[in-house]
Amino acid sequence: MEIVVCVKQVPDTETRIKIDPAGKGIVREGIEYVVNPYDEFAIEEALVLKEKHGGKVTVITAGPDRAVDALRTALAMGADEAIHIQASQEDAVDSIGAAEVMARALKEIPFDIILCGKQAVDDDNAAFAPALAEFLGLPHVTVVTGLEVDPEAGEAQVVREIEGAQEHITTSLPAVIAAQKGLNEPRYPALRGIMQAKRKKIPVSTLADLGLEGETLPARTEVLSMMPPPPREGGEKYEGEPEETVARLIKALQAEKLV
Amino acid sequence: MDFSLSEEQSMIKRVVREFVKREVAPTAAQRDRTGEFPRDALRGLGELGLLALPFPQEWGGAGDTVAYAVVVEELARACASTAISYAAHVALGCGSLFLFGTVEQKERWLRPCLRAEYLAAFALTEPNAGSDAAATQTTARLLGGEWVINGTKCFITNGSVADVILITARTEEGISCFIIPRDAPGLSIGSQYDKLGLTASDTAELVFEDCRVPARNLLGEPGKGFRQFLTVLDSGRIGIAALSVGIARACLEDSLRYTQQRKQFGKPLWDFQATKFKLADMAVDVELARLMTYKAAWLKDQGRPFTKEAAMAKLFASEAAMRAAVEAVQLHGGYGYIKEYPVERYFRDAKLMEIGEGTSEIQRLVIARELERGL
Ligand SMILES: Cc1cc2nc3c(=O)[nH]c(=O)nc-3n(C[C@H](O)[C@H](O)[C@H](O)COP(=O)(O)OP(=O)(O)OC[C@H]3O[C@@H](n4cnc5c(N)ncnc54)[C@H](O)[C@@H]3O)c2cc1C
Repeated sequence: MEIVVCVKQVPDTETRIKIDPAGKGIVREGIEYVVNPYDEFAIEEALVLKEKHGGKVTVITAGPDRAVDALRTALAMGADEAIHIQASQEDAVDSIGAAEVMARALKEIPFDIILCGKQAVDDDNAAFAPALAEFLGLPHVTVVTGLEVDPEAGEAQVVREIEGAQEHITTSLPAVIAAQKGLNEPRYPALRGIMQAKRKKIPVSTLADLGLEGETLPARTEVLSMMPPPPREGGEKYEGEPEETVARLIKALQAEKLV
Repeated sequence: MDFSLSEEQSMIKRVVREFVKREVAPTAAQRDRTGEFPRDALRGLGELGLLALPFPQEWGGAGDTVAYAVVVEELARACASTAISYAAHVALGCGSLFLFGTVEQKERWLRPCLRAEYLAAFALTEPNAGSDAAATQTTARLLGGEWVINGTKCFITNGSVADVILITARTEEGISCFIIPRDAPGLSIGSQYDKLGLTASDTAELVFEDCRVPARNLLGEPGKGFRQFLTVLDSGRIGIAALSVGIARACLEDSLRYTQQRKQFGKPLWDFQATKFKLADMAVDVELARLMTYKAAWLKDQGRPFTKEAAMAKLFASEAAMRAAVEAVQLHGGYGYIKEYPVERYFRDAKLMEIGEGTSEIQRLVIARELERGL
């Protein structure tokens, strides 16, 4: 099976994000980058599929130079090959643009299934997977918590999470599958994998190679401004006898329609 | 000159951070209370290949002592007991086998140690030979193709959990090293010491009464055993230095967080300049301790002498960790003295750093001896 995983490098989820003075992006200094956590589920699932059905796992990312670290991490986990599409901007906040670029790149390589995370934790758009599927004319399933592939039949049984229930879906392959937490438990890259990943060559292609103009990912949206969330307001305090304060609390909760 | 970690070192750091966050940190306080040995964590580190880290690639490692220091620091940041169990196994136990074992001895003992199938311990200290470790009283006599060993080793890290123990003993030629399997007849393992800190690490007394091992269990050259162990200790000290950096960093990070939150006199403690000065000093200590630790590790990886630098790193870092722990408890006030907060654990754990693998006084003697050499 030819398995492709699209990954994105994002700021470490433990980083404290600060808005830059221009108010259009975040302060990059001192940020550590990691593989988008949802993409880790996608990588793990790809490795499991390979272990089960044989084949090859190729990871691909579009991003600046540093994004190559995300590919190395995936290689260290056990992916076979990696492709880096160089795009100079720091953020790919326009998921449709990223998907368009990725779709062009994927026209060049064979695949039976494409995996990615259900969303990137930096912009939280959750639009990449459906957009990629549209560009490629493929079906897609998002928020996936279970996957069984039947390569002979060219089909996959997919479980996806919806509000208060699970949906069981059969899809033809190739398809775009967007992973949700719970799909699996991503493995840690072991030392051997890390040492092997170091030796692998990662081909780089530019946007021009893919027939696009400019050095940044095509964008249909523009960030006008970025603001920190309003500071949390101090809670209200009810003081007095329990009979009285509890009654007031219940009233307040009812007023907010919380009970 | 380049002060940044390599790509692989950074990746190892990320992996071990994630591992510590998931598998070590959540249970550290509980382990401190119950004294339960961190066996699962060591097994997990073995699965990641990290027990082989400082050894060359043909042993599954990366030949990377700097990365090893990174791993020890990350472990110690969360749980010094886990870190010292790892460090004693890797640097002292595996280190002795790697440096002085024959091909057969390595295949028999080192290989399973690197896969976490075996745990190793390194036993030098005796009731009457501590700082003066050459005063070894344990003896080994060759009788009918077997070494017969008599004596007592004390304070041995991993002593009761180890499958293989490296010891020093007196032979005709002087002090020699031996590989002792845990089930060697005549070896009895005493109960755990009741310790101030590092409570989940395993520290035991080993008693040898006509303990018999095959003649082939001699490690390295006869009569060179003490020198061999000193060589191993040079590497071991890099581990204690890294452990100290981890503890000092824990003190710094926890104190930073606490002093931002805790309010007295209507403002966070952080707003008092006296607090800021303490934290600035702590940050300097962490940074300098780490730099010296990395330097000693780097020298080792370059194949250059590092005895003096390892002693300097161990001395400075351990004293820095103790200073940081004292101030961290002070900054937490009464809460710092209560087990609800981890700083009292850091305080108890930190003290061993100034004692184990040569006390601070012995480090100063080692450094002075190296200075003398240059005269
Ligand atoms: C938790 C723990 C784990 C340990 N793990 C191991 C292990 O795995 N393997 C192992 O072999 N040992 C281990 N040890 C032993 C440790 O290395 C020794 O305790 C240490 O070297 C000090 O020896 P000692 O306890 O006999 O103290 P002593 O040598 O009696 O020292 C007492 C005091 O006298 C000072 N002193 C001694 N000589 C001099 C001098 N010449 N000049 C100035 N001051 C001096 C010392 O610095 C110290 O302050 C461990 C100890 C502990 C507590």
